[in-house]
Amino acid sequence: MSVYPFKRRDFLKFAGAASALSLVGCAGTEPTKARVVVIGGGFGGATAAKYIRMWDPSIEVVMVERLSEFTSCPTSNLVIGGSRKISELQRSYSALEGKWGVRVIEDEALSVDTAKRVVKLQRGGDLSYDRLVVSPGIDFMFNEIEGYQSALADGQVVHAWKAGPQTVALRAQLEQMRNGGVFVLGIPPMPFRCPPGPYERVCQVASYLKQAKPRSKILVLDANQGIVSKGKLFQEAWSSLYPGLIEYRPQSKVVGIDGRRRTVKAEFGDVRGDVLNIVPPQMGGAIAAKAGLVNVNKRWCEVNWLTCESTAAENVHVIGDATQGAPGMPKSGHMANSQAKVCAAAVIARIHGAAPNPNPVVNNTCYSFVSATEVVHVASVHQWDAAKKTIVPVKGAGGLSPARNRLEADFAWSWAQNIWADMFA
Amino acid sequence: MRSMILAAAALAAAPEFALAEDAEGRRIAATCAACHGTAGHSVTKAVEPLAGRPKERIVELLQAFKTGKKPATIMNQLAKGYTDAQIESVATFYSEQKK
Repeated sequence: MSVYPFKRRDFLKFAGAASALSLVGCAGTEPTKARVVVIGGGFGGATAAKYIRMWDPSIEVVMVERLSEFTSCPTSNLVIGGSRKISELQRSYSALEGKWGVRVIEDEALSVDTAKRVVKLQRGGDLSYDRLVVSPGIDFMFNEIEGYQSALADGQVVHAWKAGPQTVALRAQLEQMRNGGVFVLGIPPMPFRCPPGPYERVCQVASYLKQAKPRSKILVLDANQGIVSKGKLFQEAWSSLYPGLIEYRPQSKVVGIDGRRRTVKAEFGDVRGDVLNIVPPQMGGAIAAKAGLVNVNKRWCEVNWLTCESTAAENVHVIGDATQGAPGMPKSGHMANSQAKVCAAAVIARIHGAAPNPNPVVNNTCYSFVSATEVVHVASVHQWDAAKKTIVPVKGAGGLSPARNRLEADFAWSWAQNIWADMFA
Repeated sequence: MRSMILAAAALAAAPEFALAEDAEGRRIAATCAACHGTAGHSVTKAVEPLAGRPKERIVELLQAFKTGKKPATIMNQLAKGYTDAQIESVATFYSEQKK
């Protein structure tokens, strides 16, 4: 609240003047008590919850999150590479409650009745809302890979594509792997969460193996035509920093896993590995489908990017990885954080019956660590295009690092600290 | 006085829209917050805070990044994505924040 001292004070002064003049019965003198429910406490949901409260404290915000603390996917490859501890990537929800007055409920949203505007919770109790923000991230399409679920349950394969126990498990498997072992990374077809993430992971695993187990190999099975993000920068890092360590196979979709035999079935033959890190195809988090918000390819939620409002249900906004992105819009934590602010402004406008901001802007900054100390970035700015009725990348803006460098490693870690603070502090 | 009361009522009903220009500035600043901190309050030493810096200095810097006059790792790429009016409003917003 200290962020807007003058406006807040003016507001109180005027509100006080109004009540002193006894404008009883005038609805305008009473602060709104609308309730917004936010499903999901990640980059999208936590940011939306904080910004709604920061910009309009008259609105009640209830955030439903099934985990007791946040673990960041961005920078989690550093835990796998060994240069960071998972605890450095974790944040508490306490300041959202204590400082910003968000009611945080640790529970799972089971279903949403968008007609009655009610969210049903697993531990019981229904939450009614005036407006709903759904930011559920992704869920995995395990059935697309034969044998995946049983292999996952037995610890024979990891995805490590939601940060937390899976990240720690992958690090432990790498530490236990013999020198001379084979690490297999399976990359799903686009679109998936964090397009540069798999290629950064290759760098981080390579960095660890190079110093700890130099006779080992990395085999990358990529379902896509080629590296989907920062391609030249990653290729340069692989060949210069980790020569002979990485074999990259494009157009190699993983279709099955035999966990007991440590074998991955790809479209063009089987491969054996010591550590299997297969990232499954993805879709919007399950609650999105249960709420009837999935309307693109049975996987993603279409929204109007002016307001992040769902095109499938009224009074509902969807943000983050679960959305069908506008052209050139990646599924990233930074983008979800940016969308959350367009969403927060739109939620406030709708609650007050005002027109939404006609010119929403979002941007994306994504740093990838190609070693423990060097980084490459991709960045973009996206503005509303009135003719196309969507948000589009600004031509001539954004771009890549010219080359890997150490300076941006400082900026990358700084980015992480600041975006986590922007969400939670 | 009557208009004052109406203004007060409008403020109470919709503080978000009381000052449209400020709202634009804080919305643009929100797009910078992931790297520069909420309302320009960076929590790191690597990125210096923007809150409370003079408006003219922020405009000058952003324009220098935008035109390529001042080299940078990333700000030269990002500044090109914003209009001159957006640069003005975000600079005003930051200059009005407490350090």
